[in-house]
This record gives sequence, structure tokens and C-alpha cells, in this order.
Amino acid sequence: MATRSRRRILIAMLTAVLAMAALLVPLPVGGPPPQSRAVLIEARSFAYQPATIHVNRGDRVTIDLMSLDAVHGLSIDGYGVNINAEPGRNAQVTFVADREGKFKMRCSVTCGALHPFMIGEMVVAPHTAVARSLLATLIVAVGAAGVVLLRLSTENNHDNTAL
Amino acid sequence: MTTPRFDLTGIPIVKKVLVSRWLQWSLTAITLPFFVLAILAGLFGTPAGNRNFGIVFVWIVWWAVLILLLVPFAGRLWCTMCPLPAPGEWLQRRALVQPRSAARLYTLGLKWPRRLRGIWLQNASFLLVALFSAVILTTPAVSALVLLLFVLIAVGTSLIFERRTFCRYLCPVGGFIGLYAQVAPVEIRVKNYDICVAHKEKTCYVGSNAGYGCPWLVFPAALDKNTYCGMCTECLKTCPMDNIGLFARPFAADLMAPKGRLDEAYKAFIMLTCAFIYSLVLLGPWASLKEAAYAVGSASWWLYAVGFLTANLIVTPGLFWLCTAAARRLGRAGQAARQAFIEHSYALIPLGLAAWAAFSLGFVFINLSYAWQVMSDPFGWGWNLFGSANWAWTPYLSGLVPLLQAIILLLGLAGAVSVVLHTARVHGVAYASTAPIIGFCAACTLVMMWLYM
Repeated sequence: MATRSRRRILIAMLTAVLAMAALLVPLPVGGPPPQSRAVLIEARSFAYQPATIHVNRGDRVTIDLMSLDAVHGLSIDGYGVNINAEPGRNAQVTFVADREGKFKMRCSVTCGALHPFMIGEMVVAPHTAVARSLLATLIVAVGAAGVVLLRLSTENNHDNTAL
Repeated sequence: MTTPRFDLTGIPIVKKVLVSRWLQWSLTAITLPFFVLAILAGLFGTPAGNRNFGIVFVWIVWWAVLILLLVPFAGRLWCTMCPLPAPGEWLQRRALVQPRSAARLYTLGLKWPRRLRGIWLQNASFLLVALFSAVILTTPAVSALVLLLFVLIAVGTSLIFERRTFCRYLCPVGGFIGLYAQVAPVEIRVKNYDICVAHKEKTCYVGSNAGYGCPWLVFPAALDKNTYCGMCTECLKTCPMDNIGLFARPFAADLMAPKGRLDEAYKAFIMLTCAFIYSLVLLGPWASLKEAAYAVGSASWWLYAVGFLTANLIVTPGLFWLCTAAARRLGRAGQAARQAFIEHSYALIPLGLAAWAAFSLGFVFINLSYAWQVMSDPFGWGWNLFGSANWAWTPYLSGLVPLLQAIILLLGLAGAVSVVLHTARVHGVAYASTAPIIGFCAACTLVMMWLYM
């Protein structure tokens, strides 16, 4: 019983470690050489156009924010970028896209009812989140099944012994 | 094997607090002023949602506390302190704390129609609110009117029907709290079933001078899951045999041998689907979806409404039906198709709760700093009560949220796998045959992760 219990804990811990590794460990995925990119983003209540921008890791990105109807902001999660533009007065920001993944762009100036949900996305390639998610999901499904089946077999043995 | 549990009422201070008649009143006295202020701010304050106490405190602060803390760790504790039914209950009792003689209730005391029992009406009321949620969540006046409507219905129901009929059969929030309360690591249960059977007076159900009969219309000895226990602790007060306790237990203990019902199964489908749709519409980059959800009555909204209802009532249950059918074929099980469909749907409870927690994380930390602003200026009238009215919007943990969302979703998947395999064991079905159902849960997890990461 104690051995099986230890084995269950071991499998659970191994599953957790592997799943976290799948989500976090940097992959040796190469990409095109960094370049400078200029992106014009039009903001209107409650949308960015384009809604999603794609850049590569290492790119020097310049965003030109143009507002079409009211004061709008653009803040990028995890990048500390925050600019405001009003109609007729664009705002610019330049930064290096040094983190890969998908990052939400959010309006940072109250602009109306749906303001908290005025959201766009910046995708920094190589975007491996889908592959990472798939791997982590498989690991957890198999690991959880292993832990539960071991527990159930212990309970079956216990029940049989009781009989 | 029986589920291990620990009687928290064995700790004297816990017992003293739980049997105190002041407990529920004190908790409600804390929440009620916030609730009244939320309604007043909604009706008379600024129409800018993120500058209005009514929107920020209800849909960001309260929602975060409810879905990230209270429900997963304390089950229906919120129902104990919920201000919505409080006015109706106080009118019904004509008392705030101490019960009148023999816990008499001042109501017509009608029984809720038998054909309307169950949580189908709660499923419908939740869907109705969810369908208009883009407006309700962002427009203070509408949000306040919806809350007021709930209070009026609760008061009317209390005066006409017995006990907390509103909470048990109508409240759109109570329906999903009850469903997900099965995950919580606490439960109120009888200590010894035989003592209850021998106790003729059944004061826990009919009431006594010490307290009211179960407001949730539950006979405590028959409780086998948290879904319908409001955790009001009246039964602890009225049991003269000291035979009811608050127990700590493993997470999701209720789900390891579910006694399935179709209305609860549909609640699980609706909740999971809504978490996905909300994530897609509100947190995604697709403005046309947001505009369609917000423009109530427009052609695009009607299209959204049809899609929303179809996804909730047909697509998700239909896909799950196909998976359970495949599982039955693989297992060559004698279990009826309907029973397999219903009982395996309980695996979606930890999955759905995780999906809601992940969705909530997606906007709670990002928008929490609005709470400091509205604390100082709840109506958006230019006040600065605590000096925080002009604090800048600051998204907290924005770089960390996707990882936290992924971890929560994976925990939900692990819970779902556990429920699927335990259910298979109860019915003597080969574990391998559950692969399609586990596959469904894994696919849902993956889709949600794709939305967030």
C-alpha cells in the first residue's frame, strides 16, 4: 500500500514537472534574422485594425497608433508598452520583441462600454504555444490517468482483502 | 473505500461560530451595503462601466472572489452571505437574527410546482443572463436593473412559496455555484445516519425554537452532494443530537460516484460552453464578435444569439453524446446510452470550473486596478474619498496570466480524468473504453489554451 502510495505521488510529481517543462523550457527553434518593422494600427471603438500583428523574435518593432474616433490607448501585456493616440495625433513606440508568444494589446484609456474588452494580439514567432499546449495536455491526461488507475487498483485490492 | 474526512466542528471555536445565530446575519451585513452601493452607483453613477462601482465591484471584484476562491474552496459559502435573497428571507421570517416562536414563517408557503423542480429553470435563467452579458457586464444601469429584478423576484417568491424557493429553483448564479460546489473540499453532512433515522422530530427539516427548518428544502440525512446545501448552518443549530458537522474532505469528493441528472448534466454543458464563448468573444481580438454580442436586437446580435444557444444546447451536448457513444461501443457496456451520457458529463464539472477560473484570470488581474479608482469615486462624480480616484490603470501580472491560465486548465483536465475513471469503475466499465471521453476533455482544454496562449 505504502509503495503504491509513494508511486502515485512520484507519478503526480513527474507529471507536474514534465507539464511545466513542456510549457516553459525554451525550444531550440531558429527563426529569420531580426529586422525592423513598422506597423500602423488603427484604433476605433472597440477594435484595433489589424487585430493581430505578427513579428519575429528579435525584431525592432515600431507601432504607429492612429485613432479614428476618440482617445484610445495601446498597452501590450508583458512588454510594458503603453501609448495613447487621439484623432489627428498619432502616437509611436519602438521596442524590441524579445519574448516569443502571443501577447494581448489592450486599450488603456477609457473609451466606452466595451473598453475593458478592446483587445488585439501581437504574435511573436516562433510561436510554439500550440505545440507546447498539446504536449502538456497529453502529459497531464496520461499522468492523471496513471495516478488514478494506481489508486483504483489499490482500492480494488483493499476491497478484495476486506471481502 | 470511504472518503476520508475531518470534522471541523470538533474544533470548539469553529463549532461556536457555526451554531451562532449571528453568523449568517453578520456575513450578510457585510455584503449588503456593497450590494446596495452597487445598485445605486449603477442607477445614478457614470455610464462608463470601468469608472462605476456597480460594474467594477460586481463583475470584477465579486466575480473574482466567487470563482477563484469561494466556489473552489468553500462551495456554496457565498449563498450563506448572498444579499439577493436576504430582504425576502427577512420579510418571510419577520426577524433578522433570532427566530420567532417555533421558527414560524410568514408566507403563503406554497410548494414549488413539482414539474418545475430541478435546475432546468436555473439553466434557462443563466442562459438568458449570459445571452445579454456583453451589455449587462459593461452597462451600469442595466447591471443594476438586473440585480434589482433578482431581488424583486426573490422577495415575491419568499412571500408566496416556502423557504428559499428562489435560491433553490430560480437563481441563475446559484445553479452553477451548486454544480461547482461539488468540487469544494468542505461539506455539511450528518455524522451518523442512524441517529437521524431514529430522531422523530426532524427539527433540522421542520425547524425549532433554535432555528429554521432547512431553508434549502433538504433533509440533511439525505445529503450526498453539495449541490443543494446552501451552507446556511441552520441544521447545525436545530439538531438537538449534535449530529451534523462541517467536514473537510478531498477535492471533488462528490464527483467520484455521481448520481446523474439530465438537468445537472446540461448545466455542466452550458457552463463549459459559456466559458469558451466568453473567452472567444470578450477576450479575443475579434471586434465583430464583441459588437454582435453588444448590439442587442440587431441582425448580427440575432445571429450571435442563435449561435450562442445552438452551441450551448446542441453542439456541446451533441459532441459529448458522440464521445459517450464511442466509449460505450469500445467498452461493450450494458449501461444505457442516456445514463452513460449523463453520468460521464460530471467530468465536465472540474473542467468547466477550471475554464471559468482561467477566463476570469484573463480580465480580473488586468482590470483590478479600476477597483482602487471606484473605491474613491464610486459614482464617477469626481469624488476622491481615499485619494485613489486618479490612480492610473495598471494591469497586474499581465505577463504571467497566460501561464496561470494554462496551469489551472491542466488541473481541471486532471480532475476530469479522475472523474471519468472513477465513474467507469462504479459502473464496471473497462477503463480503456473511456478514451473518447478523456479525449473530449483534453480537446476542450487544448482549445481553451489556444485561446489564451
